Amino acid sequence: MRTPIAYFVVLSGILFTLGTLGVLLRKNALLIFMSVELQLNAVNLALVAFSRMHRELDGQVLAFFSMVVAAAEVVVGLAIIVAVYRRRGTVDVDRARGLAG
Amino acid sequence: MEQVGLSSSWFGAIWLIPTIPLVAAAVNLFAGRRLARGAGLLASIAVGLGFVVSVLTVFALLQRPVEDRVVIQHLFDWISVGRFTVGATLRLDVLSAVMILVVTGVGTLIHVYAIGYMEGDPRYGRFFAYLNLFVFFMLLLVLADNYALLYVGWEGVGLCSYLLIGFWFEDRRNASAAKKAFVTTRIGDTAMLVGLALIVSEVGSLDFERVFGAAGGLAEGTVTAIALLLFAGAIGKSAQVPLHVWLPDAMAGPTPVSALIHAATMVTAGVYLVVRSAPVFEASGIALTVVLVVGLVKALFAATCALAQDDIKRVLAYSTVSQLGYMFVAVGMRFYSGAIFMLVAHAFYKALMFLGAGSVMHGTEEETDLQRMGGLIRRMPVTGWTFVIGALALAGVFPLAGFFAKDQILEIANHTGRTWIYVVGTVGALLSALYIGRLLFLAFFGAPRSEQAEHAHESPPVMTVPLVILAAGTVLAGVFLSNTAEGTMSRLLEPVTGPIPTGEGLPTLALSGIAIVIAIAMLGLAWWVYASGRVDWLVIRERLAPLQRAAARGWYLDDYYSTVFVRPGLRAARLSATVFDLGFVDRTVNGVGGGVRRLAAAGRRIQTGFVRSYALGLFLGAVGILVWLGIRL
Repeated sequence: MRTPIAYFVVLSGILFTLGTLGVLLRKNALLIFMSVELQLNAVNLALVAFSRMHRELDGQVLAFFSMVVAAAEVVVGLAIIVAVYRRRGTVDVDRARGLAG
Repeated sequence: MEQVGLSSSWFGAIWLIPTIPLVAAAVNLFAGRRLARGAGLLASIAVGLGFVVSVLTVFALLQRPVEDRVVIQHLFDWISVGRFTVGATLRLDVLSAVMILVVTGVGTLIHVYAIGYMEGDPRYGRFFAYLNLFVFFMLLLVLADNYALLYVGWEGVGLCSYLLIGFWFEDRRNASAAKKAFVTTRIGDTAMLVGLALIVSEVGSLDFERVFGAAGGLAEGTVTAIALLLFAGAIGKSAQVPLHVWLPDAMAGPTPVSALIHAATMVTAGVYLVVRSAPVFEASGIALTVVLVVGLVKALFAATCALAQDDIKRVLAYSTVSQLGYMFVAVGMRFYSGAIFMLVAHAFYKALMFLGAGSVMHGTEEETDLQRMGGLIRRMPVTGWTFVIGALALAGVFPLAGFFAKDQILEIANHTGRTWIYVVGTVGALLSALYIGRLLFLAFFGAPRSEQAEHAHESPPVMTVPLVILAAGTVLAGVFLSNTAEGTMSRLLEPVTGPIPTGEGLPTLALSGIAIVIAIAMLGLAWWVYASGRVDWLVIRERLAPLQRAAARGWYLDDYYSTVFVRPGLRAARLSATVFDLGFVDRTVNGVGGGVRRLAAAGRRIQTGFVRSYALGLFLGAVGILVWLGIRL
């Protein structure tokens, strides 16, 4: 018996919401970063689930792509966070206000 | 007519005539400071070489049969738009031959003279660069085979005139004299440009041959408009009524400039233009009458002004205007060869007198006031006696160049039944003899009237030798070029200018007699008043004070222009500067700038710098798009 698609979609929605809330409410750049990863994986889950439902591989291929890109993004993102910490001694995003108009 | 390439026979060298001075000008402009005294030598040699090449090509031209004395040298296509083309094409015919000989010949002497005159000037090299550049443009003007190329030379000489009048620009008066000359001639030039545009639209070509060929077929009104617009250019350049006011002020420039540009060559460009365009003027008919009247008015008017000037160079300047008037009178009577003959003769004796005046200034610590001279002939004999020759020529004493030139013009006036022109012209000649006599006797004879005149010294040979050569030219030109019906000059120019008008009147001998008697009588009168010591001329001057002042100021024409044109112009300029520019243009520009600033000030509030607020924005945006997509579905 197959698990109904709704389970996956709901789980994906919950994960995405958690991620979004994390991005919006957390101040620590690392935690925001982790929340972004959570959002990405929520979407990956949805992609794979729909792919299975339609019996096509497109969604899974796309999920792989998204994972690879996410891995590359982690490398760059962490490097930036390390650089910001070295320069400012903190990773609190509210204190990095250099772009204020 | 013959087309020649760059390397066929002597005529292949025509292009070298203007090019040599151009190259020398470029060298002097960039390396004049390093050449130091060599700059003057280089410039003189360049013009001298131009003269040699001119002589050779003109000689080759005269070897050919009379009806075949036109050589065209096409250098390259300059403008080519659709079917309208203008080539950089040079034309050597008898008219341009005479002109290039005058320009390079007299030019060389003036260059040599300037070596001495400009000695020690901090901008020595630049002076000769400008002078060479002027010679280049002048040669381009007279050698051009179409109106476009002629116009290039025309504007070029105007530019050089401006640069050289204001050569000592540290003095504000020199700078403003230069500006005045440029702006005043500009008025005529603009009219001329309109005339050229009219030619293009009516004929479709600016080549001389095609324009002259088509001139007869144009509507009377059109061809008159073209002729008058061209003449307006000539009026500006040749300092005729009403645009003559710049010439007396142009004397602010160094004296060799006055001699070369404002007496011998550039100011005669107007005469050349009208003679060259004779077919256009003849097709109109009335245009020639206008030329005649303008010339006559100027010949008389300027002579009265010359009579009252105290500045030696201003006397000569007004005299130049007056003599140019005579040339236009000759042109107006279709006596083109007479005008060109007068042009050549005038180039000699007026250059001679200007250089003589420069020599006087050189020897008397820059004194130009006739009232503070006197007796100079004993201190500077070469300058003095050559000046006497120039003055006699101008007064019209037999057998000098000026006599033949002026006499022929008056004779034609008498013989073609234009009695009133003859009378007015004779009165002008009378005044000419009087003012030049006054200048001569005040400056060179009588007792010295100032410290400087007392201690005057003769100029170095580099300045006096050109004076002697010019004096010789003044004497010989009259004899060799004497312009009787079968005379050399008119026969030489016949292929371009056609036969001279003839008619019946008083016998030539009687007319010449009258002219000579008048000239000598006026010179005698001048001597009696100014140099004999028997009359106190200061008393006469005092008694005629209002008249003297009016004539000295050019009959207040400058003041009139100042009230009617210059001051309203300044007022209009100030009005547009304050009301329009500040009130409208500036406010519009500033308003646009201010608006953008205010908009930006509002917009930058969004840029808080809080990363999380940006993230919220992204989130809300994504939600918004989703909602919109949901609604659409």
